[in-house]
This record gives sequence, structure tokens and C-alpha cells, in this order.
Amino acid sequence: MTTRHEASDGSTIEPGDVVVLHVQGLEELIASLIDAGFDTRGPSVRNGAIVPGALHGVTDLPKGVHDVQAPGRYRLEHSDDGQLFGWAVGPGSWKAEFFPPSQELWRASPAGDSMVFTEPAPDQRRLAIIGARPCEVAALSVLDRVLANGEHRDPRYVERRDANFVVVVECGRPGATCFCSSMGTGPGIDAGFDVALTEVDDSDGHRFVARPGTQRGADFLSRVTHEESTDRDRGARVAVLERAGVQMGRRLDTEGLASLLARNVEHPHWDEVAERCLSCANCTLVCPTCFCSDVRDTTDLAGDFHRRRTWSSCFDLDHSYLHGGPVRASVSSRYRQWMTHKLSTWWDQFDTSGCVGCGRCVTWCPVGIDITEEVRAIATSDGASRRDVPSVKGAP
Amino acid sequence: MTGDAAPATSVALAMAPRGPRHAMTPVVHRVFAVRHETIDVTTISLEPVTGPRLTFRPGQFNMLSAFGVGESAISVSSAPRDAGPLRHTVRDVGPVTHALCESSVGDLIGVRGPFGSDWQVPGRGERDVVDASDTVVVAGGIGLAPLRGAVDELVARYGEGGGRVFVFVGAREPSQVVFHRDLELWKRSGARVEVTVDRGSPGWSGHVGLVTSLLSSSEFDPSNAKALICGPEIMIRFTARALVDQGVAAGRILVSLERNMQCGLGWCGHCQLGPFLLCRDGPVVAYAGMVSVLLTERER
Repeated sequence: MTTRHEASDGSTIEPGDVVVLHVQGLEELIASLIDAGFDTRGPSVRNGAIVPGALHGVTDLPKGVHDVQAPGRYRLEHSDDGQLFGWAVGPGSWKAEFFPPSQELWRASPAGDSMVFTEPAPDQRRLAIIGARPCEVAALSVLDRVLANGEHRDPRYVERRDANFVVVVECGRPGATCFCSSMGTGPGIDAGFDVALTEVDDSDGHRFVARPGTQRGADFLSRVTHEESTDRDRGARVAVLERAGVQMGRRLDTEGLASLLARNVEHPHWDEVAERCLSCANCTLVCPTCFCSDVRDTTDLAGDFHRRRTWSSCFDLDHSYLHGGPVRASVSSRYRQWMTHKLSTWWDQFDTSGCVGCGRCVTWCPVGIDITEEVRAIATSDGASRRDVPSVKGAP
Repeated sequence: MTGDAAPATSVALAMAPRGPRHAMTPVVHRVFAVRHETIDVTTISLEPVTGPRLTFRPGQFNMLSAFGVGESAISVSSAPRDAGPLRHTVRDVGPVTHALCESSVGDLIGVRGPFGSDWQVPGRGERDVVDASDTVVVAGGIGLAPLRGAVDELVARYGEGGGRVFVFVGAREPSQVVFHRDLELWKRSGARVEVTVDRGSPGWSGHVGLVTSLLSSSEFDPSNAKALICGPEIMIRFTARALVDQGVAAGRILVSLERNMQCGLGWCGHCQLGPFLLCRDGPVVAYAGMVSVLLTERER
């Protein structure tokens, strides 16, 4: 028999505790975040895909919606199973909430014999993301290393991240293109969230095993209707994660991977991929860690100058433009840049892999190029053309 | 997707006590002097409209804004010893550099920086031990611009008992040679200065040939020399290789590499060269290990 705590009974939960929420508890959690002034966002169905959107309550969640993914293919299916988080990841990642696709940096107006700069006002929104996947939380920590933890911190990004409340939902239904278990970023998660939920639906009913990751997360959980967890609840969570690990559609052998790619920059397989790659940049747009941006100026009719930063892609010819032309003129060199950066030189630059195994680049590639297959092709013919390089620091 | 937060209230930085808040917001400078070096190379001297002059180390670069056109990474071509304004020597190769080259005295230019690594030439009073080893400086064309400040320091230190300074300059043709006055000054101060051109022209009585052809006949001591190289990447590649062949240690050869740069802060991703973000890990890197490997490959 479990003890049920009503939203108002004042029982306290500590980080490290494991409790159980039912749908009502989740509803209360969302409501209490809204009451606390958070801008709550979560999964929503739009244009046939599950993407981040406004979330005001449980009814906004994609109930009974599942995604079916394959290289170059993504479809939603509807069922009456009542699952709220029965899907993997869609094309929109949480990156856009912190690092917007297009962002004004400043405006400048000529004033007297100088120039007055106006920067956008600090973003006051406190964002609560509900239903992020473990791989997406891992992706945000990869982005943190680029935009928040280096010598130069991007204050807009840091502002948004610092105010951010994360409710992660562990993955119970990975897609056919997923390989987070290879990258160590899922399907379960142990850090980087305020509250972690695991959706369980077994003979004991539909419920969420909830774990606070921070004191703040514990405080919010204390305020909503919950039950203490039993061994059966905790065991059910483990079963969900084990099943997810088995269902994982792809795998990537990361042992020695960074060095493998570093010594195979002249491998003939890059040209083979280039025969298929359209250089369309879809993979970089859906990638939750791709951070490249362009900086562009415009002038308005009043004579003021505007500077914006927008997402860009290493698949664009302009990306490597240097007086006279692009450095990476061939598709082969651009695909190589993208993949070796993701899996190899990211380690040199940021001491982590740039890939979290979410599988988006595989699903959203219009011709179904599969990063795990391309790695395998190079690994099985390692040294077809090689160079001697120092091993990549920090990489497995 | 999230757009901008509506800028309902804005921060007017002119009012802010401590200047720009965001690292992407430039400091306004005024063009103090303009000097046309060659048909497509111009040196602009800049003074901040308010506040102090920025300090830098030779080899570092700034992001210069031509307002309404854009921003470009330009190395500082003045020397820390120069008492005057900040100088940048710009070659007109695109819209931003064209606007910078076309600027007139009094125009406003945005400056962010300085960014990146430097030539590791100690400034005045920075080190008591005088380095007596030779320094070989090799510049191709406008590549002399980021080296100018370093050579100035080295020549001054030679006068104070420091090592010998060898300056080798290559240019496409005599009219493309920049900094004639500096070359003369350095020569008069005891530096060995040699200039070569790919193609001569009437009245040219100097060397004709690649800059690497000057190296083998020179008197520097390869076993006790360091080298600083800047120029087109192919020139850097062959020069560094030639110096290593002559016996200069690869780790004592510094090269300045260039890629597209749009932030200077390690955020925009454009300046990647293999494992490097050149705005952060460069532009000056040692020609050893990974760099020598990268310079044998073409990115295509």
C-alpha cells in the first residue's frame, strides 16, 4: 500500500528520492511551473511532426501519438494507448529556444559624430522545457561548452539557460534511427535536469516514476500530488529503459572513433558519400548541437544599421568563403568536415563528442545518408588512404 | 521556433556606464589617417571615439565593421611601440574590405578585439633575458601586415643585444610590395632585409623568384633560429617545409593561418581547420604535429 500525498499536504521530497506521479500530478506540475512564472514549452504536434511548442496542460501533450522513423522517413501514427511520451525525437530540437535561428545582435544609429548602439533587451522569459529527451539534455550540455563555458560567454544564451527549468522524460520508445545508448546519452539520464520522469504503463496502471535532480525540482515535486515509489515502480522504470536499449534502432562503435576519422581524411569513401549527399544542410538544421552561425548586416530606410546572427551550415559553399572562393568547394570535403567535426575534432575543440546519437540527421536526410553506416564503411576499410596523426585528446 | 524577444525596452549603450555589454557589439573608432600602400592595399589608422586605445600583441587581429556592409577579420599592422593610433592594413578583396579601403578620414569604423594568438615576441620590459637566437621572418604580400609589429619589436631588441633579424618578403610584382619605409628602417637598424618578386618590372633590379629561393643563401643559423611566416597558404606550406629541410626545428616555426571568421569568439564555427578554431587556437600556430599534417592536405 503506498502513501498518497495531496498537492497541499506539505510533505517534502529531496533530491535522490523516487516518487510516482499520475497524470493528475503531471498536470499539477505543469500548472505550478506556470504559476511560478515559467514559460512552459513541450512536445506538440505541428505539420505532422512532434516539435517544441507551447504547453499549458496535459491535454496539449501528444496523447497516443507515436513516431515511425527510418533513414529519410518520419511519420506520425495515432493509437488509443494513452501514452503521452510514446515517441523519440522530432525535427525541432530545444537548441532553438536558447540559440535562436535568427537573432538581432544590435542596431546602431548615427548620432552626432558617433554612433549609438541598441542591444535587444535581456530575455526575461524563464523557460520550463517539459518532455525533453535525455539525448536533448546531453545536446544542451554540448552547446553549453561552446557558447557558455569557453573563454567568451554568449550572455543571451547564458541568460536563457540559467533561467531554464528542465523536466526530462526518459526514452521508452526510441526510433529506428536512434543510437543514444552508443553515445552514452540515453535512454536513461542521471544528471542535467530538475525533474526526470519515466512513463510507465503496465498492470499497475499508467504513471510516471519521478526523480528530482535539483533542490528546485524536489520543491516543485513536493507541491504536486504524488505517491512514494515501490520496488515495483522502480523496477518498472528499469524495465522501460532496458526495453528501450533493446529497441534502439542504430548503433555506433565509438571506441577509437575520433582517431579513426582523423587518420582517414583522404579516404575514398568521402567521395562515395558525396555521390549521394545533396549538400542541402538538413542534417545541420535538425542537429541539436550544430552551432555554426552567420553574422550579417542590413541597413533600414531610416539609415540605421542592423546586425543579426543566423544559423548557418558547413554544407553551404559560403561557409568556408575566403577571398576568392570557398575553401571547401566539393561536397565530399563538406560532408567530411561535418562528420569529422561531429565525431572527431569536436573532442579537440570542446573535449566531448559533438554527436549525442539522436538520429535526426539520419531521419531528416532526404536521401537517407546514415552517419552510423558511413562510419562503419570507413572503419571496415580503415587506412584505404591514411595519414599519421597524434591521437585525439580526451576521446575514447 | 522562437524569434527575438520583443525589444520593448532597449539598452542604449551610449548611456551605459561601462560600454558594450555583448562581445558582438563593436567599439566605435574614427578613421584618423588613410594611406594607400598599393593599388589594392590600404592602411587605415583608427582612434576610439571615446575611451582608451585598445592594447594588443603583434599577430593578433580585430573584427572591423564597415557599418551596413559587414565585419571582417583584419590583423593589427601597428607595433606596440608605435605611439600613434591603431593601424590595420587591408586588401580590397570583398564588400567589407572594399568599404574599409574606401573609407576617408573622419569615417566611423567598428572595432572588436583583439582576438587570437600572437607571434610570442616579447614587448618592451617583458623579459630580462635577451634571446640571442636568429629570427627568420618570411612574408608573402599583405602577409607582412600582421608581422610588422613583431619585426619592429625584434629589430629594437637586436639594437639592445638581441638576436639577428632576417626579413624575407615576397610579392607578385614590385608595385605590390608594402611598407617600403619600414623595410628601409629595419635595414638601417641592422636587420637583413631581402625582397623578391614573382615578376619584375622596368626599373626593378632586385631578386626575381619565389621567396623560398632567398632562404638557402642566407646566413641565419638554422640550428639556432626561430621563424615567423605569414602569406598565402601555399607559400606558408613551402616556406615552412624549406626551413625544416634547412634544419630549423618545426616547433620553432610559427605560421599565421587564415579562414573565414564571423565572430572572433569561437562561436560561429567558420574558422575551423581540422581540430582548430583559428580565431581561438590561432591565427598563429606552431608548424609542428597536426599543423604540418594539415598543411600537406588540401581541403578542396
